[in-house]
Amino acid sequence: MFKYIVKRILMLIPVLLGVSVIVFLIMRVFSPDPAPIVLGQHATVEAANAWRAANGLDAPLYIQFFNFIKGAVTGDLGTSYYTKTPVTQEIFSRFPATIELAIAAIIFASLFGIIIGVISAVKKNSFFDHAGMVLALIGVSMPIFWLGILLIILFAGVWHILPSGGRIDPLLQPMAASGFYLFDTLAIGDTEAFVDVLRHLILPALALGMYSMAIITRMTRSSMLETLNQDYIRTARAKGVSEGKVITHHALRNAMIPVTTVIGLQLGSLLGGAVLTETVFSWPGIGNYTVECILKSDFPVVQGVVLLIACIFVLINLVVDVVYAFIDPRIKFSKKEG
Amino acid sequence: MLLEVNHLKTKFQLKHGTVNAVDDISFSLNKGEILAIVGESGSGKSVTSLSVMGLVQEPGRVTEGEILFKGEDLLKKSKSEMQAIRGDQISMIFQEPMTSLNPVYRIKDQIMESIMTHMKLSKKEAWERAVHMLDIVGIPSPAERAKDYPHQMSGGMRQRVMTAMALSCRPELLIADEPTTALDVTIQAQILDLLYHMREKFNMAVLLITHDLGVVSEAADRVIVMYCGKIVEEADVKTLFEETMHPYTLGLLRSIPRLEDESSEPLYMIKGMVPNPLKMPSGCAFSDRCDRCMDCCREKMPALVERDGHKVRCFLYGTETEEAENHE
Amino acid sequence: MTQKKADQPQTESSLQAAVVLEKPESQLKEMWESLCEDKAAITGLIVIGFLALLAIFGPLIMPYDPNLSDMTKSFIQPNAEHWFGTDQLGRDIFSRIIAGTRISLTVGLSAVALSLTVGVVLGSVAGYQGGKTDTIIMRFMDMMLAIPSILLAIAFMAALGKGIDKAVIAIGLVSIPEYARIVRGCILSVKENDYVQAARVIGNKNSRIIFKHILPNVLSSIVVRATLGISTAVLDTAALGFLGLGVQPPAAEWGDMLGRARGFIFTAPYTLVFPGIAITLTVLAFNLLGDGLRDALDPKSRKN
Repeated sequence: MFKYIVKRILMLIPVLLGVSVIVFLIMRVFSPDPAPIVLGQHATVEAANAWRAANGLDAPLYIQFFNFIKGAVTGDLGTSYYTKTPVTQEIFSRFPATIELAIAAIIFASLFGIIIGVISAVKKNSFFDHAGMVLALIGVSMPIFWLGILLIILFAGVWHILPSGGRIDPLLQPMAASGFYLFDTLAIGDTEAFVDVLRHLILPALALGMYSMAIITRMTRSSMLETLNQDYIRTARAKGVSEGKVITHHALRNAMIPVTTVIGLQLGSLLGGAVLTETVFSWPGIGNYTVECILKSDFPVVQGVVLLIACIFVLINLVVDVVYAFIDPRIKFSKKEG
Repeated sequence: MLLEVNHLKTKFQLKHGTVNAVDDISFSLNKGEILAIVGESGSGKSVTSLSVMGLVQEPGRVTEGEILFKGEDLLKKSKSEMQAIRGDQISMIFQEPMTSLNPVYRIKDQIMESIMTHMKLSKKEAWERAVHMLDIVGIPSPAERAKDYPHQMSGGMRQRVMTAMALSCRPELLIADEPTTALDVTIQAQILDLLYHMREKFNMAVLLITHDLGVVSEAADRVIVMYCGKIVEEADVKTLFEETMHPYTLGLLRSIPRLEDESSEPLYMIKGMVPNPLKMPSGCAFSDRCDRCMDCCREKMPALVERDGHKVRCFLYGTETEEAENHE
Repeated sequence: MTQKKADQPQTESSLQAAVVLEKPESQLKEMWESLCEDKAAITGLIVIGFLALLAIFGPLIMPYDPNLSDMTKSFIQPNAEHWFGTDQLGRDIFSRIIAGTRISLTVGLSAVALSLTVGVVLGSVAGYQGGKTDTIIMRFMDMMLAIPSILLAIAFMAALGKGIDKAVIAIGLVSIPEYARIVRGCILSVKENDYVQAARVIGNKNSRIIFKHILPNVLSSIVVRATLGISTAVLDTAALGFLGLGVQPPAAEWGDMLGRARGFIFTAPYTLVFPGIAITLTVLAFNLLGDGLRDALDPKSRKN
């Protein structure tokens, strides 16, 4: 198992290198020259040249790429063209917001997805099943940002019960300790701020998680239906195990194997969805910021962010595979044998 | 009398019609007896066993009859009462040892679950009992193998585990649904042997469901032959093999290859196929495939008649007819 | 004690033979027949047909010029004259939504056509050739998959600039890996089939084997994926538009309409309702059809 993990982490290197090449190609080869965007349309040719030289953009492309990779390996992703702050710092000041949102969304999506999926499978063709499937269908068909807008219109505009955007009331802003506000506010025991953070989190998490919830619901349902038809379920019933235990202990445990993969994949795709959700809810996270930077041609930041997200994405896949082996004993065994 | 099934009917309500999977069946089983139910797939033998267990799944339903177990009608029991009986007084082993064990739990957990569902034992006692059961069914170094997952065992071993699990609460009735079908021939003999010994050891009754007359001759005391949801012949095992009456049973017997058979004739085959359960022939269900079919066979269903403990449903042996039920 | 299953093995092998002999065309026909029994899928198909008619004949039934702004008429609530109201520039939202149908369907279909073509070629080559070619192509696909597709599409749009054609390229490019993967997977499983081996033995050329023997067999899975892919492409188009990266103004694109009306979320929420419904309805229709096709293809999931 350990060997397998190490091997997978080593395989990360070529993937990340490739991701760097792709991003580098898009941002520096195909994109318009950033100088006039950063300096303004009226900048002189000399000023533009000087700016390019200062940011290493006058060097041949392969040197630029080499420098970027060298920096990335040593943990230096360059500095933003605009704020002049190191990219790593820019990223890490915004990253916790995105992670907090993504985690909240995946918890919501998994919890409701699995519950609805299981009940739908057990009560197949009931009203609940049909309603759940319609909900799931709408969930995969609604654009995230429109769902966000609808939620804002209803909960903030019509009913005035939840805030329309942001992470926290500025007056309650905690001293940034970890950047995870739920954790920070709880750590200092500030209940008022904690509740406020939660209130701000609900709508974005709902909007971001809805698509994943729909996917997880469908997967859980079909996986449960398949599992409930298995011979070992009949065996469990023949043993006199109660129906509730048959479902939770025997069926769900097996049905969760494919669902876990889906949850992992969804967690990865949430990072992409965060771009849209953060825009709608003015969420001060990495997605919102990245869009801004792409539009402003702030290369170093974009490269850094995409590299980081790719890294997380690949790591999530690795974790999913490990978890998979953990919940399915058959896989662990075949590894040991091989 | 341990088990008495009277006029049992189990139907499957399908989109295109109703299938009478078990059509008015009555039989009984004594303590310590091995009764075999023989038939092709689709004859209703498995549904019969599932009906006794109360495990018929939608869209199937037991519609009529009674299943008396120690004098009490199982069909009148509540869900939780049936749960208490299943796995305790009546237990069951299935055809597919490969898929009948839950792949994500260790053997010991699955046996202990059965034990702890029905007996008030501590975890440790349940563990000891589980290991003891594995030992009884002939699994070498049971304490170690108990920690294996099902996929780490061979088919024969898994069927032993299934048997250990089914016997762990000392049931009075064991239903074995094609327990040897999926196994190699040598393993088949071992498992049959095991069932035979367990019957002796615990004095339990066995309802053996099989399509294999070889298995029957080896293990059973008494035999019921089923065709299309009905009993066509019933006798003790010696009588059935030596004084076979029903053409269907005869056909089954003649299609078993024999070593001593020196003739170069090809193996006998019953002609045709089991009829579509939604389009049953009128009269005797076997008439289309029968070598000795008479005109009356196509018009009326013969009744099951008994002569000296040997029951048969065929006009060759009597003219009693059965009121045909209207198949809607 | 010999086991005797008189007819069972025979049936099984004849079944297998039937599967192998079954022609791809009849497989598609069968798929179509079982699709016709699926009410949800037919609903999806009808909605798609309706949208297609709107896209083609929309200009004939639009009550107003979708791009004609009239500031004196801005923010009119939905009424008999302006069914869906007017936007911040006084344009009729109903007409703009009809105009948007053409853009969304065009981008959706073209983007899928692009990724389908490239993906099928890459996937076929990778799956059929195997070895190094396979490794190189699939590794590259993995790298693309490691970047969230919406982020990649945004980056492409930033590099290429706004416009319908560019949106097609951006959205088409990012979903290439999915098709490549599916096609490769199908080919790997079909490749070892007897009839493909036979074609190779009698000396058919590789390209001929791929197009004549293998592709028709993976066609049904591709059809399913492409149908669902259109709904993803429509969603992506809307997302790009929403972020202000889609079409050149004043073109009426649903996502773009939502993005521009965002500032009026509390003052004129109706401007944000109808474009969203249009997107959801379109995506829903393709999802219904795609699900139906998948069920029709896979009898096992149909039973569920």
